Amino acid sequence: MPVYAKPKDIAVPGELLAEGQYAVEGAVFVIDRKVYAKTIGVVEIEKEKGKRKIKVVPLKKKYIPHAGDRVIGKVVDVGVTNWTVDINSPYTAILQASEVLPRPTDAARIDLSSYLSVGDIIVAKVIAFDFSRDPLLTIKERGLGRVTKGTLVEIDPAKVARVIGKKGSMIKLLRDMLGVEIIVGQNGRIIVMSEDRDKESLALLAIKKIEREAHVSGLTDRIKAFLRARLEGSK
Amino acid sequence: MKGEIKLLREDGTRLDGRRLDEVRPFKIEAGVLKNADGSAYIELGNNKIMVAVYGPREVHPKHLALPDRAMLRCRYSMATFSVEERKSPAPSRREIELSKVIREALEPAIFVEEYPRTAIDVFIQVLEADGGTRTASITAASVALADAGIPMRDLVAAIAIGKIEGKLAVDLNGLEDQYGGGDMPIAMMPRLGLITLLQADGVFSPEEVVQGIEMAEKAIKMLYEEQRNALRKKYLEIKEEVLGSE
Amino acid sequence: MSKHYSVLPTLKRESILSLLKRGERLDGRALDEFRSIKIETGVIGKAEGSALVRLGDTKVVAGVKVEIGKPFPDTPDKGVQIVNAELVPLAAPFFEPGPPGEEDIELARVIDRGLRSAEMIKLDELAIVPGEKVWIVYVDLYSLDHYGNLIDASGLAAVSAILTAQIKRWEVKDGEVNLLEETMPLPVTSVPVFVTIAKIGDNLIVDPTYEEELVMDARITFAINENGEVCGIQKGGSGGFTPSEIKEALSIALEAAEKIRPLLPTRN
Repeated sequence: MPVYAKPKDIAVPGELLAEGQYAVEGAVFVIDRKVYAKTIGVVEIEKEKGKRKIKVVPLKKKYIPHAGDRVIGKVVDVGVTNWTVDINSPYTAILQASEVLPRPTDAARIDLSSYLSVGDIIVAKVIAFDFSRDPLLTIKERGLGRVTKGTLVEIDPAKVARVIGKKGSMIKLLRDMLGVEIIVGQNGRIIVMSEDRDKESLALLAIKKIEREAHVSGLTDRIKAFLRARLEGSK
Repeated sequence: MKGEIKLLREDGTRLDGRRLDEVRPFKIEAGVLKNADGSAYIELGNNKIMVAVYGPREVHPKHLALPDRAMLRCRYSMATFSVEERKSPAPSRREIELSKVIREALEPAIFVEEYPRTAIDVFIQVLEADGGTRTASITAASVALADAGIPMRDLVAAIAIGKIEGKLAVDLNGLEDQYGGGDMPIAMMPRLGLITLLQADGVFSPEEVVQGIEMAEKAIKMLYEEQRNALRKKYLEIKEEVLGSE
Repeated sequence: MSKHYSVLPTLKRESILSLLKRGERLDGRALDEFRSIKIETGVIGKAEGSALVRLGDTKVVAGVKVEIGKPFPDTPDKGVQIVNAELVPLAAPFFEPGPPGEEDIELARVIDRGLRSAEMIKLDELAIVPGEKVWIVYVDLYSLDHYGNLIDASGLAAVSAILTAQIKRWEVKDGEVNLLEETMPLPVTSVPVFVTIAKIGDNLIVDPTYEEELVMDARITFAINENGEVCGIQKGGSGGFTPSEIKEALSIALEAAEKIRPLLPTRN
């Protein structure tokens, strides 16, 4: 049962990675027990329950909404009973008045732009998406709502998991070392907030560095070293 | 005018020194444009072609969107200065037909069902033309699509087979195309062994059609390796840079 | 003309596939059989040549018109051949009025290349005053009823119109061109026959109907000249063919071409 690819290989679409009965995950497809890469990505070979798992982590991808995802959106239109929100996806989202207003109200009687207007940045949650209709959002839960301070940075949605890290380890590292607040949207948008402008900028640089070097092992140590050097240098 | 130029030398080599089964010198680069989701640049002989891919993205107007898959749109365009005699900027009938056949050459490779109600746009700009632009465009467009992270079954590579003084030849340049005896562009998904573009003009015997396809397959497999290298290059360079400095 | 997208019931494709497994088609034809072909020539009085072709229920009319004009600069002693095709709105529910779309253009260019590569019209016999005046031969195709395989029907219409066209004889006296009352046929060599084969699943079928086209994976058209040589190929549709399928399709096309060649009008 041969595996042709090595861990950390960059695979291109259609590349044959392995032949045989394997567990698979990520951007792969299987035909006749042959495992192929589906997009350009990094090959990972993990052991799951004693068996090998072939995984391809895409290096680039468009954000496809999933119910439960936290996303950072930008209001692009105000309607009579809802707002249209750009969530950095091929699918534009809808935020209905009922998912914003505190009490059931006759939305048609209110000027919605007094709550959210075009250009506003919001942290929201996807409540529903099936390809036949636009994704629906809510901002009614804790931690959701309009963002008024901080800096917005966009990275490729494929790299979001690396910014968060295994069990949140990377984002914890950034918070601990820099003392900044970071909100990560699954859609590749990240908000960094700090009283200290320099720390904010450093966080942005670190995030961009993570995006660029995500496919090279030893990332966590490199980020630690990068931040340490910059923090010491500024003293 | 035909037949007035001798395209083969005494020793059987072509005017540019190539053997009948040799492809012109070429290079492929991926990720060359900042704004596009994916991009690629190819030089094949004197051909210089840039391809940008945008998408999957929203379709405007919405009612044109396909409910169960992404629609693939393709525009092949030649710059006015790409050919000897300035070409009018308006899309010619040839460009319209090529846009269609190129789209049909790429579509079988893409998992369009994964992005319903969206569009994937492929924009091909020929900056300089010297024979075989449609096949070079397909080769570059596959790289641009993969560079954009679009899910694909396989890459698509393409080459044109022609006839020079009655003999089958691979990758005709502009001169050979003009004075040669036939032109057969072929695109294939090399791993799947599926032909996704096949056209011909001029005259070929049935045996020549079959043989031409075999010759093309060899060249296409070679192009595929370079497509692969082009896609991986930028990531491997970052890796080297990062690990090298430690 | 707008592109037609049909959320075609997969049921239809399934039923067509299961019939094909038994070697049958919806209309009872064999896999390598053309539909019934009816060719009428001389149907348009004002055209120099014309033909109406019925290929099953598909109907295409071709008209040949000639006029005297300038040759192309790089072929000063040759006549000019221009092929145009239009899929007119009356031909199908989804055709919309407007300038030629990609399908009209592809159709015209495929027919043009097939004619040109077969060298059907002897363009070098159509120079009147070399470098200045030559015959321009327009072959215009109108698809009147689209029930599948417009390419092969258009091919039959085009060649039939050309074979039966009559142009005025001419003489050049003191640099002046005089058209005479006497007519002559257009000078013609090898006649190309177009054969289109559709791939549905693993099956290759000749002359797809409209319904078969909606479910097909891809199609391939071969233009075959009188010597059994290939003078044109065009693959269409968003699927693909293996090299051995191409080989098989070619051999099917060669046989089918020779079966329908006798139906063409004889040269004038």
